[in-house]
Amino acid sequence: MLTVEEREEIEAELARYPTKEAVCIDAMKIVQRHRGWVSDESVRDIAELLEMSPADLDGVATFYNLIFRKPVGRHVAMLCNSVSCWIMGYEKMHKHLTDRLGIQFGETTPDNRFTLLPIVCLGACDHAPAMLVDNELHTDLGPERIDQVLEAYK
Amino acid sequence: MTQERPLTEAIPLDGQALSLRGYEQVGGYQGLRKALREMSPQAVQEEVKKAGLRGRGGAGFPTGMKWSFVPMGDNAPRPKYVVANADEMEPGTFKDRYLMEGNPHQLIEGLILAAYATQADVAFIFIRGEYKLAQERLAKAIADAYAAGYLGKKILKSDFALEMILHVSAGRYMCGEETGLLNALEGKRANPRSKPPFPPVAGLWGKPTTVNNVETLANVPHIIAKGLTWYQSLSRSRDYGTKIYGASGKVKRPGLWELPMGTPMREILEEHAGGMRDGLRFRGVLPGGASTDFLVEEHLEVPMDFIEVQKAGSRLGTGTMIVLDDHTCPVGMTSNLIHFFAQESCGWCTPCWSGLNWAKQILAAMEEGRGEPGDLDKLAFQTKFLAPGNTFCALAPGAAEPLQSALKYFREDFERHILEQRCPWKS
Repeated sequence: MLTVEEREEIEAELARYPTKEAVCIDAMKIVQRHRGWVSDESVRDIAELLEMSPADLDGVATFYNLIFRKPVGRHVAMLCNSVSCWIMGYEKMHKHLTDRLGIQFGETTPDNRFTLLPIVCLGACDHAPAMLVDNELHTDLGPERIDQVLEAYK
Repeated sequence: MTQERPLTEAIPLDGQALSLRGYEQVGGYQGLRKALREMSPQAVQEEVKKAGLRGRGGAGFPTGMKWSFVPMGDNAPRPKYVVANADEMEPGTFKDRYLMEGNPHQLIEGLILAAYATQADVAFIFIRGEYKLAQERLAKAIADAYAAGYLGKKILKSDFALEMILHVSAGRYMCGEETGLLNALEGKRANPRSKPPFPPVAGLWGKPTTVNNVETLANVPHIIAKGLTWYQSLSRSRDYGTKIYGASGKVKRPGLWELPMGTPMREILEEHAGGMRDGLRFRGVLPGGASTDFLVEEHLEVPMDFIEVQKAGSRLGTGTMIVLDDHTCPVGMTSNLIHFFAQESCGWCTPCWSGLNWAKQILAAMEEGRGEPGDLDKLAFQTKFLAPGNTFCALAPGAAEPLQSALKYFREDFERHILEQRCPWKS
């Protein structure tokens, strides 16, 4: 069930758009902000609130890579794998991160601290390689810099 | 004489956003005041059309002409919409983030002017989810603009009213495609729509909608405030104004520079970006993001504008260059690019989802030493299916551009991969 807070936040968005459906991506992001991810149950609850079918909503949910339909760790690290970062050493950064965390893309560390995902160009190409952790941008990465960044997220 | 940089010269050097007060002190919102005081919506359209402003998001479509397609007058369908496309996700492109973080009000004023010119009722800024700092600064700037009377009812005591909504997206390159963006705003998957009708006639919820890129809109207040003659004098070519150019890859000083439109590529790469890093040689460049054809050494003198880059066989695109050096594998780079496009294909059109995945597999195999004779013909064949006219949107044709030009300019590198059954750049 949606919490009162979640429902109020979603309803505040409804006032800004002409259809209920238009709010569905925002609604999933609201739930994700509170719970970390969007479960099957949440899809059903949001769909009911917005008068959509759960299948339609899941079709939208699975299109957008920033909506998580599986549980994630406490922190989500996203490493840019687009072209400028690739030229500037993405493959080395990828190896360092996967070695360091002991997981591959799409996985979560056993202590639930990090989920690791690839991400497209972050618009930080003059400071490549770049990554996001919990939507905060970290640039000019090297192995040491990555270690420092990870340390900051407990 | 120092070169004017209207779009970026007011951006604070300490990394902070220019405040509303700071923006007003450098002439901010004077374009809007002038338009509301003495110009009809059509006159604003006409001024932007005459200024020759072309879209800075990649396609280079004339902005004033796009606006002129919107039905005007009392019988036009309402509400009408304007959208700032702030979904900057073209690999190698980082200019709109800089503009939004540094001078959010410039975008807001440009969007208000676009709304006035098309008699729109609601404005959206569609920003990608990853641009957190830009979102925070735009949200504050919009609130400040409402409080100062630049948004809402009776703007600057005129009869013009406009609501502005910041819409934070949830990922996917497809959202930057004009009609994919509209579907995303409606809460749908960001598949492209069949065109015609084009969005200025039937866009969001079937109503007239104009979508313009952030840098494009940032030009508008300056054109209106300072006029055509001034605007056209900024450029070194027949495409007018300034352009925010960028360079990434292994140049000495990667970055962004606002320069006269038509500045030659060599001048940008050597004087501004400092040339190649020591010990590296220039091999090629994607002049305007991932979806533009490679250019090579013989093109370095090309003036970077829409007309001349096209003549050289590529596109100005976003004007942010990605440089390939001789220590980086051109096949690996092409493989990375096609991997991106294959991943970001929405799956709507067969030549795109099927063709790009096929090309992706061939290129990845080549990099892993499993290239086969005939692969290059297969890749060339795919670029024909990916060409304009076979798909609903420009993702597939855009993906074909780096692939077809890589096959042309780096053919011997591809052949070596197949012959030696390895990537020569991997030790």
